[in-house]
Amino acid sequence: MDLFLQQLVNALSLGGVYAMLALGLAIVFSIVRLINFAHGEIMTFGGYGVFFAMFMGYPPVAALLIGIGASVVIAVAMERTAFRAMRGADVVSLLITSFAVSEILKVLFQNGISPRPVPISFPASWTGTYQVADLTIGVAPTVSTIVAFTALGLLTFVLRRTSTGMAMRAAAEDFEMLRMLGVKANRVVAVSFALSGLLAGAAAVIWTAQRGSVDPMMGFFPVLKAFIASVLGGLGSLSGAVLGGFVIGAIEVLAQAFLPERFAPYREAIVLSAVIAVLLVRPDGLLPARSGRRS
Amino acid sequence: MDTALSVSGLSVNYGAIEAVQNIDLQVPTGGITALLGANGAGKTTTCMAVIGVLRPATGTVSIFNTDMTGAAPDRIIRAGVAISPEGRRIFASLTVEENLILAGSAAGSKDTATERRLTLMNRFPILSERRSQLAGLLSGGEQQMLAVARALMSEPRLLVLDEPSLGLAPQMVDQIFMIIEELRHEGISILLVEQNATLALEVADHAVVLANGRVAAAGSPDELAGNAALQSAYLAA
Repeated sequence: MDLFLQQLVNALSLGGVYAMLALGLAIVFSIVRLINFAHGEIMTFGGYGVFFAMFMGYPPVAALLIGIGASVVIAVAMERTAFRAMRGADVVSLLITSFAVSEILKVLFQNGISPRPVPISFPASWTGTYQVADLTIGVAPTVSTIVAFTALGLLTFVLRRTSTGMAMRAAAEDFEMLRMLGVKANRVVAVSFALSGLLAGAAAVIWTAQRGSVDPMMGFFPVLKAFIASVLGGLGSLSGAVLGGFVIGAIEVLAQAFLPERFAPYREAIVLSAVIAVLLVRPDGLLPARSGRRS
Repeated sequence: MDTALSVSGLSVNYGAIEAVQNIDLQVPTGGITALLGANGAGKTTTCMAVIGVLRPATGTVSIFNTDMTGAAPDRIIRAGVAISPEGRRIFASLTVEENLILAGSAAGSKDTATERRLTLMNRFPILSERRSQLAGLLSGGEQQMLAVARALMSEPRLLVLDEPSLGLAPQMVDQIFMIIEELRHEGISILLVEQNATLALEVADHAVVLANGRVAAAGSPDELAGNAALQSAYLAA
């Protein structure tokens, strides 16, 4: 039971990262039909933002905020320079554009910074543990969970309670109709990229704080999981993306904690088989997107 | 002539397909022009080009005597145009009230938008009753009311109504046409797209019949009532 509760915190922490990344992907996809393969690089860029801020001597917490800001900036810049020109193109063209953006950024990271991980030294207290009754719980996973839930809560508030959020939800359902009401397309799209950058940035600081280093591939693997999470949840469905993220995170942590050692090499296969099993039963995902107009 | 909408020589392509070709169409200020034709004749394509969602390949669109060819929808809406589109396209996951707030947010100040919303809810009591329900849960007729009310939020001077009676019960259709008459009395110019030609010709001052993306006939309702082109445009479907 103790082990289970400790693993629960780990599952929420990892699931929170996946959920934030998947939600960012879903926000952009639901509005511009772009499956953004460069989302991982938005996260990586945030990681490097933290690295450079620490390097310049900013205190750790400020560095994390700078990292989040860096992700927002790169996400908005990406939309402005690469994706705006492709607005309205078919899904495949958009996908290929995002591959190009992703590759360009990875090469820039490799050649401009370093192909190897660059270390970030956070205070030792961040990697410690604390006791609750008989439980030993890691500080980092706890803080991660809090950050992830705060970010998701903030996003939910924005989407549910603000006029910008109302426009985002409407855009997710029928972007063309929203434009026919006189809402400026560029503004809605820019905000969607900024929000997805914000979430990727929050994921980036959690990831860097836990691992203590950044490398050009940092964002690639978690975002790959986030893709799977968003498909599991229902592609284009915002609540589905969040749920999918937590489900993938939970399965992964549970598989790691409770599977016998000899099954360890099959861990990924088990996670993905579980996803396939779910999709066989629910092909549109756990919480399918509302079928608005698809252009 | 003083026109709310003047379309001339309009062609719109979807890739290699020419959806509409060389269309001429006018809505006089304060008047109703009916745009008739069978399914696939190009009526909705024409509306989408007027509102700026589709770019014309050739031809011009002018709104209140200002050239708006190729302008983005937000500019066209600010020029005083609004649309209740084919299929209604209300935001199903938003509440009735949110649908209206959203439509008001793009046009004018917040105070006038609130005032406008309350006026519209008085006008459409059913929307007031269901204000906090999800719009997707409304009946077809109620959704159509919402689509019209939503269009009216920006206080348009030219209203494009694309198939407002489609799929509605006869009683609901009567109600919609009553509203159309009322809007005309308020001085709103209307482009009315209808598959129900008989009804549309009753309210319109002028009608244009499309067939296969071209103008097959145009004239006053009297001129068109027994027109062979109108008959065949529908029978061809």
